[in-house]
Amino acid sequence: MALEAQDVYFRYNKKQPWVLEGRSLKLERGERLALFAPSGRGKSTLAMLLAGYLAPTQGQILLDGEPLPSKGVCPVQLIYQHPEKAINPRWRLGRVLEESGSLQEDMLEAFGIERPWLQRFPRELSGGELQRFCVARALLSGAQYLICDEISTMLDVITQAQIWNVVLAEAEKRKLGLLAVTHNRHLAQRICTRMVEL
Amino acid sequence: MKTWNRRTKVLLLTAVMAALLIALYALGALIPDDAVASSIQNAKQPPSWEHPFGTDALGRDLFLRTLKGMAVSMTIGLAASAISAVVAVLVGVCAATGSRRVDACVGWVIDQVMSVPHTVLVILISFALGRGLRGLLVGIAATHWCSLARLIRGEVMQLRSQQYVAVSRKLGRSSGWILVHHLLPHLVPQFFVGLILMFPHAILHEASVSFLGFGLPPEQPAIGIILSESMRYLSAGMWWPAVLPGLALVLIVLLVDKLGDHLRMILDPYSAQE
Repeated sequence: MALEAQDVYFRYNKKQPWVLEGRSLKLERGERLALFAPSGRGKSTLAMLLAGYLAPTQGQILLDGEPLPSKGVCPVQLIYQHPEKAINPRWRLGRVLEESGSLQEDMLEAFGIERPWLQRFPRELSGGELQRFCVARALLSGAQYLICDEISTMLDVITQAQIWNVVLAEAEKRKLGLLAVTHNRHLAQRICTRMVEL
Repeated sequence: MKTWNRRTKVLLLTAVMAALLIALYALGALIPDDAVASSIQNAKQPPSWEHPFGTDALGRDLFLRTLKGMAVSMTIGLAASAISAVVAVLVGVCAATGSRRVDACVGWVIDQVMSVPHTVLVILISFALGRGLRGLLVGIAATHWCSLARLIRGEVMQLRSQQYVAVSRKLGRSSGWILVHHLLPHLVPQFFVGLILMFPHAILHEASVSFLGFGLPPEQPAIGIILSESMRYLSAGMWWPAVLPGLALVLIVLLVDKLGDHLRMILDPYSAQE
């Protein structure tokens, strides 16, 4: 039971240099792995590859020994750095959550999502509040692996702590495989069981 | 006194404009045919209280004829621009979501249509279809979708690369579902603004092609026909059949154009909160 990148090479097109060269990574269920590197080393690219948003130029991404499904709900869900870009600005937030599954009352509570927010439009909420919706949406789909691509980088420390508390609690409860991409070594040490430098 | 903010003013103004246009249309459509019957003893009268726009060489009241003509023009304009806008959305979405070959093909067709001046193309199509209402309608509808189609194509391309569309796909949503729920609602403002801004073009083309004699038949009260008839009497000092209906046409076109601009302001999300 693992999500695996096997000897992955990636470049955006043939004229560009390699972003990733022969990179391998293994993420077990129930494990919390921090992917730590300075800017421009391909952290986000690796995150997109693992979640199936991009296909590797060479090598493969395997989920329990099989390639990622190309149709249907993906068991690996990616959460982006900028929640306001990952939510349709014309949708009320209730609809955003319903896109991935029916609403669960306990989940809303766990994430600190207040009922009236569901009637609002994304521009009426702050980044931290929106990020909770993105995390909740990813979890409502029944994901087994969660890839967090700098999900708290643009938030203030208090909101960061809130988000991570929820994510860690859910990860524990559901035995999620969690990959946290971050610049922040202290955060990585605090939330993860293992660290990988790129 | 209560002060209104800009958005409220624009909304109010737009409503007034729309009401004016609808009233004009209704007025024109309700005028019976015998109100514009010819009477020789009233022929060639300059503008007066009884005949605000004067009468033409056959003694028909030009004000009523202009109103009636305007209603005909507006029907053609609305129908043609509605067809054009729908075609534009279909073509634009196809180009943006289809294969690279479809996109290239659509681009080529758009280039071809746009490389010929509109008026020439409208005349050709209208003539080939035997003139009249149908020829004109098809002609105008077939020439006006290009620029809106390009706009929509660009818009869909840009929307498709949005993160929330990618997320939707990973949440197991099909391309069709994404098109209907994520992409099309974003195109609604473009569609309506494009339609309204196409409307004055359509009216002007209708008038110019009718003026040149390739459009509506001469017995139909249309602005183009009135203007074309007026040319014959202009040298005899009859200025009113040319100037007044012409001015009316310009005013209507300006009104609709402004309406489109205001509509764009209202639908634009960046000014929506003003």
